[in-house]
Amino acid sequence: MILIGELSLWIALLMALWATGVSYAGGALRRADMVASGERGMYAAWGFTILASAGLLTALVTHDFSFRYVASYTSANLPTVYTVAAFWGGQSGSLLFWALVLSTFAAIALVSNRRTNRELMPWVTGTLGVVLVFFLAVTVFGSNPYERLDWIPPDGRGMNPQLQNPGMAIHPPNLYLGYVATAVPFAFAIAALISRRLDAEWLGAVRRWALTSWFFLTVGITLGMWWAYVELGWGGYWAWDPVENASLLPWLTGTAFLHSIMVQEKRGMLRKWNVTLVVATFLLSILGTFLTRSGVVSSVHSFAQSPVGMWFAGFLAVSLVASVVLVSVRLKDLEARAELESMVSREAAFLYNNLLLVGIAFSVLWGTLFPILSEAVTGSKITVGPPFFNAVNIPLGLLLFALTGIGPLIAWRRASAANLQRQFAAPAAAGVGVGAALFAVGMRDPYALVAYTIAGFVTGTITQEFWKGTRARMRMYAESAWSATLRLVLRNRRRYGGYIVHAGMTLVFAAFAGLAFRKEFDVTLKPGETFTAKDPYGHTWTFTSGGLSRFDVLNRQVVALSLTTTRDGKPERLITTERRQHVDSRGNPTFEPSTEVGILEGAKQDVYVVLAGVSPGEQAEVRITFNPLVMWVWFGGMIMALGGLVVMWPKATARRGAEAGYAAALEPSRVPAGSIPESVQ
Amino acid sequence: MHPRTKFVIGGALVLGVAGYLMLSAISDTATYYLTPQELATKVAIDPTFIETGVKVGARVVPGTIQRAPGGREVAFQMTDGARTYPVVYRGLIPDTFTDSVDVVVEGRLGRDGTFRATVLLAKCASRYENAPDKYKSVPGYTKQPTRTT
Repeated sequence: MILIGELSLWIALLMALWATGVSYAGGALRRADMVASGERGMYAAWGFTILASAGLLTALVTHDFSFRYVASYTSANLPTVYTVAAFWGGQSGSLLFWALVLSTFAAIALVSNRRTNRELMPWVTGTLGVVLVFFLAVTVFGSNPYERLDWIPPDGRGMNPQLQNPGMAIHPPNLYLGYVATAVPFAFAIAALISRRLDAEWLGAVRRWALTSWFFLTVGITLGMWWAYVELGWGGYWAWDPVENASLLPWLTGTAFLHSIMVQEKRGMLRKWNVTLVVATFLLSILGTFLTRSGVVSSVHSFAQSPVGMWFAGFLAVSLVASVVLVSVRLKDLEARAELESMVSREAAFLYNNLLLVGIAFSVLWGTLFPILSEAVTGSKITVGPPFFNAVNIPLGLLLFALTGIGPLIAWRRASAANLQRQFAAPAAAGVGVGAALFAVGMRDPYALVAYTIAGFVTGTITQEFWKGTRARMRMYAESAWSATLRLVLRNRRRYGGYIVHAGMTLVFAAFAGLAFRKEFDVTLKPGETFTAKDPYGHTWTFTSGGLSRFDVLNRQVVALSLTTTRDGKPERLITTERRQHVDSRGNPTFEPSTEVGILEGAKQDVYVVLAGVSPGEQAEVRITFNPLVMWVWFGGMIMALGGLVVMWPKATARRGAEAGYAAALEPSRVPAGSIPESVQ
Repeated sequence: MHPRTKFVIGGALVLGVAGYLMLSAISDTATYYLTPQELATKVAIDPTFIETGVKVGARVVPGTIQRAPGGREVAFQMTDGARTYPVVYRGLIPDTFTDSVDVVVEGRLGRDGTFRATVLLAKCASRYENAPDKYKSVPGYTKQPTRTT
């Protein structure tokens, strides 16, 4: 199986080359047989990539330490789930995994378009082929997982203990899925540019893929934050590290695209912009991979520095130049079909939303690449840290957040004053109410007050939208409140799924703002000693050390500290925190000692305890942090992902016809703006 | 005024604010990122670099790590091969900090020539990876013939 896998990797590369060449040629010569052959080549490349992956998995699971990859990332006593996860845990395996996902997506895109978009498909297949050839070539020539050692170690080096976490087993694949899925819209954009079929056709094909990418990036980023929080032990979940930024960049431009696509669909505007966003999102995904793997930007996340970085730099440069040339050649075909009619319109709100999202993306990119840029210009590396990102992105983020509440309230084309008054009254009151209430109970942090005021406003907007829609259905169809809400969402998935995403975003922003009230204490505790502290809500906590205990588990030696806690005199749960020394199956230590954080989770706050070290006399050195509202970041992220699922869930074909009629009857262009309530559009 | 002009003005305003925020934030938070050698050169040219916040990327000299009891303070030497500085750091020591790792320290070079770090990042050159070659020096781990599958 392993040998088959190794051979399959080469065959997959040849198949991908074939698919690329034949598809492009078939597209240019308009030869249906060549196009069909190209598609078959792509399916074959997919099949052989699966075999290559299966071979590597077999090597991992059977602990064949003659392979450098297996010996470098696993050991005989590593739990099976992490042994499997090692497939994407290291450099060369993750490249193969990328190729696997890409070829799978390509196959899905080909199957789902086997009868549609026939003019575009040769170019789509070819472009996906180019990307696949690149990844397979890097895997084969740059960093081959099938590389053998000239000796066979009795045991492998084991997996970095920080990666031995359930979140880490699923976080990278999610991010990869998100990154890779940006390749499909990119391929469609390139296909549309080449074939000059730049109408709604390609957009329709692309929207679900853009959503898919957005969904996986959202899940991946949320899981990444959660992993950093529970595993790294510094008490936070986002440090503006280059690798974190790299995952945020395509998310930002992807989010911008999902909004601006609506403007093109409804009004025929932003056509150049949409192509640009799709291309930028893909290039940023590649840039992210490049940053992670090249070591050009110092990051605590970096993979080992390797020549693979140069492959990515080259591919990035080629894709960038090709895309810029293609877009500029086709600028004439991308002229807008309509003009902005009023500043107070839905499309203007979308324009500002895009401006802010791309502005944030640009500032993040700028800050991330600043050391390289400054070195190129001044000769000295100058870095900017989290204060830079916070100073720029908190104000921009809050503006964007406010738009989340404003946009849905404004009509397309031109909103009337009466319409605005009616729509804004309740949400604005909700926002001001929340802000005033928090000020009254003593909140003084300006950013937090602004954030919660906006959160109240956005919540007001979303509630009002749901309320109006539900009430309209209840009147029209005499439905109960629950079934009306449910049907409202099911019949208008894009719109109400979008609101669910906004609701999740609101939770996330509210949780971010909670960080302003974080409290941190460094204490030394003898066994039996008690430490007392006040949390941000004014409750008094005590932490009593139960002393240290030492024991061995499967693949590690553990020093554990347990703290009994009380809040305002009432007992709370026990918190345990550990320092772990991982060992291989022969008892030799592997890696440096690691920390296992003790977290008492709660809706109001997390109590976050880290055992920093042990000083003589069995004294535990402990850092205790009160982290307000952290849990809502994970919940908010998951609700956003859920909203994304609602939006992209395929509709039943039978219902599609009925709904199209319903939507057509209310098509905004056929009725004067503002004459029908927003909520039933 | 044409709505499009209005939008362009509004957009320019937003971008202007963003640009202003970026420029002011850069001048407030930018720090030099130097190697020990570069730090020595800078200090030699411009003595104000003493007691100025900088970031230094270097490697820990093996055997120089002295951990204070309690795990909250550590002294070590860092080098880039050309220049070596003693470092004192107070704070939580990262799990990956050990002999010969690459570190990034943020802090000030004191007049006594000791670097006082407030931030210590250790990046294992092979953070996600452990070179199996290390094993070759472990007793009992002898070279074995290559197995072919």
